[in-house]
Amino acid sequence: MKVLQVVETAYRATLEEQDDTIIWLTHAMRGAQAELDLLLSGNAVNYALVGQDASGLAFGEWRQTQPPRLADDIAGLIKKGVQVHVVEDDLAERGLANAHLVEGVGRIKRASIPELMEAHDQVWHW
Amino acid sequence: MAEKKTLTFALMDPPYESSRSTTALRLIDIAAKRGHTINVFAYEGAVALPFAKQKAHANAVHGRDEAAENHPLPRDWIAAVMQEAERNGGKVDWVNCGLCVDERGVAEAVEGVRRGSPADFWKMASASDNTLVIPTR
Repeated sequence: MKVLQVVETAYRATLEEQDDTIIWLTHAMRGAQAELDLLLSGNAVNYALVGQDASGLAFGEWRQTQPPRLADDIAGLIKKGVQVHVVEDDLAERGLANAHLVEGVGRIKRASIPELMEAHDQVWHW
Repeated sequence: MAEKKTLTFALMDPPYESSRSTTALRLIDIAAKRGHTINVFAYEGAVALPFAKQKAHANAVHGRDEAAENHPLPRDWIAAVMQEAERNGGKVDWVNCGLCVDERGVAEAVEGVRRGSPADFWKMASASDNTLVIPTR
């Protein structure tokens, strides 16, 4: 079985979790031999951008030493054989058409999403 | 008689924050009434849905004491769908994401809930006729 993970809701408690929980879930399941690909859509296209910096969270004297590193997490998935796509139209709508993306991330037009879905047995929309 | 299916649900929402978990349990209840085999992977806040220490309360605004208020507890709903599934020849296998449980301190769960990992979710989904994920928005 091959599943397409569609992540649309972005930055869901990423500071508390130190990652995106669905990207993490994808890593963990891939580690259990799951066949998964990832499509970033909506605000989650930002996960594919190089140069994000979520460091600096502090409360009183407490400091976060391990902030989320979403671009690294995306790169890690690609290294594990997960195909990662971003919706090109969603990048453009956010002024990110020419943004520097993590190496290996594929751009896909919104109109081509049905074909991508067809290439998978199931689609999980998060 | 309709064919029995195996269905997997992934839930993310905590109790008392949105209607998605209630909707999910209504779907699970329908599947239980039809005797299907049901898997649930509770992820993130959803691990608190079967938390055993949920407590009913009176409601002064409603003018009712605890007994009359009969405040809904998701843990009771989960126990009920588990019983419903069994009555109809099915089963609910509810897996709480262990790390999610630890970070929230909600280890005490109603009977029938077990601790697991994303690997369990993948295993359940792979062995199912279909999977529905209901994420937090």
